[in-house]
Amino acid sequence: MPLLAGPVCLLLHHPRLSWGLATTASWIAFFIALTLLDQVLSNGTITYALGGWAAPWGIEYRIDEINAFVLLIVSGISAITLPFARTSIEYEINPRRIYILYTAWMLCLTGLLGITITGDVFNVFVFLEIASLSSYTLISLSRDPRSLTAAFRYLVMGTIGATFILIGIALLYIMTGTLNMMDLSQRIPAVADTRTVKMAFTFLIVGIGLKAALFPMHFWLPNAYAFAPSAVSALFAGTATKVAVYLLLRFFFTVFGPEFSFDVMQSDRVLLPLALVGVFAASTAAIVQSDVKRMLGYSSVAQIGYMVIGISLVSVLGVTAGILHLFNHALMKAALFVSLGCVVYRIGSTRLTDMAGVGRAMPWTMGAFVVGGLSLVGVPLTVGFISKWYLILAALEQQWWWLAVLVLVSSLLALIYIWRVVEFAYFKAPADPAREITEAPATLLIPTWLLILANVYFGIDTSLTVGVAERAAKLLMGTAS
Amino acid sequence: MEIFGLYNYWVVVVLMMIGLYVVVASGNLIKKIVGLNIFQTSVFILYISIGKLKGGTAPILMEDPASYSNPLPHVLILTAIVVGVATTALGLALAVRIYGAYGTIEEDEIEEQESTT
Amino acid sequence: MATAIAVARLDQLFAAVMLFGIYSLLSAALFVVMDAVDVAFTEAAVGAGIATILMLSALALTSRTQRPVPRRRHWMATGVVVVTGLGVIYGTLDMPSYGDPNAPAHLHVVPHYLQQSMAEIGIPNVVTSVLASYRGYDTLGETVVIFTAAVGVIGRLGVVPGITAYVKSGGMQHHLILRITAKLMLPLILLFALYVQFHGDYGPGGGFQAGVIFASAFILYGLVFGLEDATAVAPSIVVRVVAACGVLLYALVGVLSLFLGGNYLDYGVLVEDPTQGQHIGILLVEFGVGMTVAASMISLFYAYASYKPEE
Repeated sequence: MPLLAGPVCLLLHHPRLSWGLATTASWIAFFIALTLLDQVLSNGTITYALGGWAAPWGIEYRIDEINAFVLLIVSGISAITLPFARTSIEYEINPRRIYILYTAWMLCLTGLLGITITGDVFNVFVFLEIASLSSYTLISLSRDPRSLTAAFRYLVMGTIGATFILIGIALLYIMTGTLNMMDLSQRIPAVADTRTVKMAFTFLIVGIGLKAALFPMHFWLPNAYAFAPSAVSALFAGTATKVAVYLLLRFFFTVFGPEFSFDVMQSDRVLLPLALVGVFAASTAAIVQSDVKRMLGYSSVAQIGYMVIGISLVSVLGVTAGILHLFNHALMKAALFVSLGCVVYRIGSTRLTDMAGVGRAMPWTMGAFVVGGLSLVGVPLTVGFISKWYLILAALEQQWWWLAVLVLVSSLLALIYIWRVVEFAYFKAPADPAREITEAPATLLIPTWLLILANVYFGIDTSLTVGVAERAAKLLMGTAS
Repeated sequence: MEIFGLYNYWVVVVLMMIGLYVVVASGNLIKKIVGLNIFQTSVFILYISIGKLKGGTAPILMEDPASYSNPLPHVLILTAIVVGVATTALGLALAVRIYGAYGTIEEDEIEEQESTT
Repeated sequence: MATAIAVARLDQLFAAVMLFGIYSLLSAALFVVMDAVDVAFTEAAVGAGIATILMLSALALTSRTQRPVPRRRHWMATGVVVVTGLGVIYGTLDMPSYGDPNAPAHLHVVPHYLQQSMAEIGIPNVVTSVLASYRGYDTLGETVVIFTAAVGVIGRLGVVPGITAYVKSGGMQHHLILRITAKLMLPLILLFALYVQFHGDYGPGGGFQAGVIFASAFILYGLVFGLEDATAVAPSIVVRVVAACGVLLYALVGVLSLFLGGNYLDYGVLVEDPTQGQHIGILLVEFGVGMTVAASMISLFYAYASYKPEE
């Protein structure tokens, strides 16, 4: 059975293929991820030694609840947004470059899945670079020249981040002589008191933080999301930062162990306030944006803040909330970006003023946007509610009333920025009444509504998501004791 | 452990910081890429320093057993060099396109143009 | 180190790039001193060679001077740098000394490579066996990275097959001496590339270095005889197909071993004798690496050389 893991990546290596193959590969990867998750849930952790060399000499895949879950998210989002991409990309991109886009898309997916599945820290770096290089390409493929500068800035920040990670790996290797995650986690406690390991920890976390757009290091993200082609924004929002957050979890809990991460390094005391400030600052920034895509970019920064809040509570419930939000936010952001893609397809812009009156012209599209937006705010019956609920529960469990209140207040900020879009879309007269705007074609609407329905479905039936997240959280916390 | 045994690493750190300084300080996009390269190369030197063994030779096995330097960092750095040049190529390509779109590769001039449009 | 400072201070980008080349070459020399011959080889070919060429061509397409750094950024940068620098130095304080044979890095995983690889894989260059076999998956990733970059650059600069308007065709064709020297050099370079490719098992070298050298032969050809002639020898579409095939070759070797009952990328099952299988597997994947690297580099060169700013 674990043999299947090899073909997952292999299928994605196929270069230069058109949309059809990309979609097929994505769906296959999605189903393999489903099977893997199922296997992991019933049989426990799967390991698979690449090249037949046992770890720590060779590189191994190591799949437990948490990365099986992340694999599912990543491949699922890709599988759902690709059908959407076909029409949307044809509209937004120079036709000669479309095949490049799908190649880069596949490479990006390879990179993201590779990061998630591997059990070797240097391998993480290699796949991180695959994912980043292809994402710079994906962003810059848009026709807007500003996408170039956005991609360049992302490239510089991303490379600094990756090099920081590289330094961290070097320092770890000096002290332990191994690169395998499980091996590292066994050998680190012996040298945990050294300044070298502490610095390694710091460098790794800062590097990953850059990639995840943690609050003070988020400046590249809103522009990158705003100027990328819509389908690409949806992919990134659903996957790229999520994988970085996964890495954060992995290093905190598996490699260094919660004891070192939180008792010795006290990183929860740094992360929690930063995340809180991040949530508020980014939400406020989102309110004043005039471009809806950019607004969602800022909102993503805020949402990552929620995940980090969950993680830095360092309790099973908190980590569960973090992982849940990872899944749920992927769903809702992808849905929102995809519905904006429909808007772009018809009116060619996502500026608030240009969107005046589209609510009546495109009822299905904007309907989808509103449901996605409600989910972002955290209204009951949507996924957003579930993750906020767990986050608040986790805060209350620690008797931190103020935190629960802050989370609620910040949700109001989300309500404000979503409301602004609704106001423009439904209650403002169109800027140019003569222009005929029709509903987006069905090829765009069907994937959009699939995502929206997923938002609602997982908001009502939470047994799968909460169950898996809880088991993953227990596993992560369990490695501590 | 004596402080003296670490001087090699400190040289690396200085190089690293020069590279990082160039990246952060310069507004010229190509200069930024050059800085990134210096930054990365210094990290390569860090890795290779880890691998060095006193009295060791290059890790190519020979008849008479000797002590070899550590091959693993070498392998990692081979990979990292490739990654570095790949990043450079892509970054430069972006810079060229930016020049095509804005007529400059100075960051602040680009920002001015972006804010006016 | 002095060169690095000079690079930082120079406003003349052209000189800065040339100095960077020298810096890269110096660090390659440093790698030899520290016994990393394979790495030195690569750094010399890539850092001093390819990266510098790319930077120069990017400069040719943009502007050559830089505006002075404003004071505010200067302080900000210094701040960031000092904090990080102190951080790393703090971290180094507990590190084992340089060259210490008892450092954990030398005691844990590596002895296995040094002692067992001859028996398990049967080639003397440990770097190659770790690269292609023990950590073969990393190398697959690396090949994909360079392929990604090529895809990205093509996507951004766009090579339209057959269009070579930008390079004045046959830029240096009238230099008789250059042409003759180039003609003499080319076969030698190509031969050397092949030697490096297949000798990687025994001495320093391997698919990656060979690919770079191979590509540099083409770049030389393109520079001297003009892009048109170069694309006539190797049309860009062919180059791209080769790049893709290289990645596929590597990946397919993995699948093959999967079908033969081994794990992914386990070359031991390719033929009866596992050691022999390892050998063949390494040769094949190194060849795949060589193909992709050479083809990617050439297409990078084409992309830069044929780029024409859109008016």
